[in-house]
Amino acid sequence: MQISGAQLIVRLLEQQGITTVAGIPGGAALPLYDALAGSTKIHHVLARHEQGAGFIAQGMARVSGRAGVCISSSGPGATNLVTPIADAKLDSIPLVCITGQVPSSMIGTDAFQEVDTYGISIPVTKHNWLVHSVEELLHVIPEAFRIAESGRPGPVWVDIPKDVQTAMIEIDELPAPGKRDEPSAVNMTQIQQAAAMINAAERPVLYIGGGVIAAEAAAQTMMLAEQGGLPTTMTLMALGAMPVDHPLSVGMLGMHAARYTNYVLEEADLLIVVGARFDDRAIGKAEKFCPNASVIHIDVDAAELGKIRRPHIGIQADVATALAALLPHIQVKLRENWLERVRLLKAQFPMQMLDSEDPRSHYGLVLAVAEALDDEAVIATDVGQHQMWVAQAYPLRRARQWLTSGGLGTMGFGMPAAIGAALAEPERTVVCFSGDGSLKMNIQEMATAVEEDVNIKVVLMNNQSLGLVHQQQNMFYGERYYASDYRKRTDFVKIAEGFGMHTFDLDKAADPRAMLAQALATKGPCLIHCSIDVNQKVLPMVPPGAANTEMIGD
Amino acid sequence: MNAAMKLEPADKVILELNVRNHPGVMTHVCGLFARRAFNVEGILCMPVGDGTESRIWLLVREDERLSQMIAQVEKLEDVISVIRHGASHLVFDRLEEFFA
Ligand SMILES: Cc1ncc(C[n+]2csc(CCOP(=O)(O)OP(=O)(O)O)c2C)c(N)n1
Repeated sequence: MQISGAQLIVRLLEQQGITTVAGIPGGAALPLYDALAGSTKIHHVLARHEQGAGFIAQGMARVSGRAGVCISSSGPGATNLVTPIADAKLDSIPLVCITGQVPSSMIGTDAFQEVDTYGISIPVTKHNWLVHSVEELLHVIPEAFRIAESGRPGPVWVDIPKDVQTAMIEIDELPAPGKRDEPSAVNMTQIQQAAAMINAAERPVLYIGGGVIAAEAAAQTMMLAEQGGLPTTMTLMALGAMPVDHPLSVGMLGMHAARYTNYVLEEADLLIVVGARFDDRAIGKAEKFCPNASVIHIDVDAAELGKIRRPHIGIQADVATALAALLPHIQVKLRENWLERVRLLKAQFPMQMLDSEDPRSHYGLVLAVAEALDDEAVIATDVGQHQMWVAQAYPLRRARQWLTSGGLGTMGFGMPAAIGAALAEPERTVVCFSGDGSLKMNIQEMATAVEEDVNIKVVLMNNQSLGLVHQQQNMFYGERYYASDYRKRTDFVKIAEGFGMHTFDLDKAADPRAMLAQALATKGPCLIHCSIDVNQKVLPMVPPGAANTEMIGD
Repeated sequence: MNAAMKLEPADKVILELNVRNHPGVMTHVCGLFARRAFNVEGILCMPVGDGTESRIWLLVREDERLSQMIAQVEKLEDVISVIRHGASHLVFDRLEEFFA
């Protein structure tokens, strides 16, 4: 058959199993959009800003584990995608980003809406292509999916000139869809050495990261913890991998950990690091992190082994494969002394949640939302104080339940990511906790949410401020608040109404819990507004650059 | 590429990269070194065989971060292999007459 490059792209996406893509059209992408219009299998979600489209694709990818697809035109469309793609790179989220480019003959002439998309995308992607011919698409599109989903997942970018989209090609059949590479075998000598170290340790701690989620290894990780009697700490990215109320969970580590979590780590004699990368927000001052611990580090990315901390045993392997090999060698241990010590530290230095009974306070609102929902809900956040309050307080219990921008910390992530999650898993309730600063960064996606009628609940914790900045100026800059408070109020309820969302204002509720329950049970996109005291803080806090044990606040 | 810091033989490492030959591969490799603030003192690139592959020679300084740098280079999709040579490798020495 004879088809155009654009039709070929659509056929390749269809056979890849893609049913939803998010994007915004423009001149250089119009052939592709024309071909998309002819697809009965792919639903195109029209975002209101390309950054929104990128985060919608991320939301789909984060809940499903499969590559999400976003599309834009050349020039400004492509540059608007840089932020969500960079965000996906830092959090190892599989994405395939497809952009139109000016015709090949005009590349390098400063043509209208020409930017060097290939050059711009190199530092923020796992791999990228500028497609030179329609034939190349046969190879590049399946490869894009294979690379995005294999090993350490990540975003890839395919830039396709307009003439490549319109060129015709004669094909008999499509090439095979791109598939995740099979993980390679693990080094059994290393596995046995690791098992021996774990079995011999007195005060081991299991430290797990987003790699556990990416490898679908949450259940195995829990088995490892239970079999070996290992207190387990999670990074921000790993939240949900082990239920926070599991007896072996010691919660999230790092900058906003409970005091006891960082103290437990301080006493560890062995650290078993699985799918985590010793991020500075997690470990504080690297030289002072777990000073007495030997380290076993398991990661699919060889470059992570020894990047920050030299491990005694560094195992480059798919986390699920490595854990499957490791489990039979782990002795069942009760570890009564060590776990008793952990319990004591927890009793002495627990997470303190101020005003948690009040559903209109910062922690209280997070807990009240949790009480009204079950573990099937998806919880997304934006970036700021509210993000950390949710990370500290929400009882996350399921892998892929938690969507947050960890590595890049991008304000504006939350609502579009929630829309993507709801598109991928329409049966779930998707909550997005946001701040008034973050929500404004992609507020236009309210229109997309309404148009798609997705089941998202935006819980706006409105302190009329860039709260986390306000907090840092309070704590570290002599209370000199500058550019952190909004001087004029925004009526978010009116705005959301204007976009066509359901709205609920807890400030005006006689019974806020009842209103919250009603709001969360109302199908479709909805804004839940609540004013929060600007002086509330995220505590404890490790000052930037300090050791994790030098926390401020209880 | 910093004349003020001429490399002593003991500090010299020569990396031999076999890569897929296409217009973006040099940018990928050089950009990676630049982004990770690792100086490349010398660089040489030529296609090999039928031209589907190229060889890139890099002259770099021995540094505790070099093994991390190599691990990052090995992750590039277009890099087929990375071989590390000591200062005794002659590729850059023989070129010196062109830089006299
Ligand atoms: C795109 C972007 N710009 C700037 C920042 C720096 N920053 C981090 S948190 C924050 C304030 C967030 O305010 P808001 O969304 O209202 O949440 P709050 O802290 O008040 O809960 C800022 C400006 C960022 N993380 N992302």
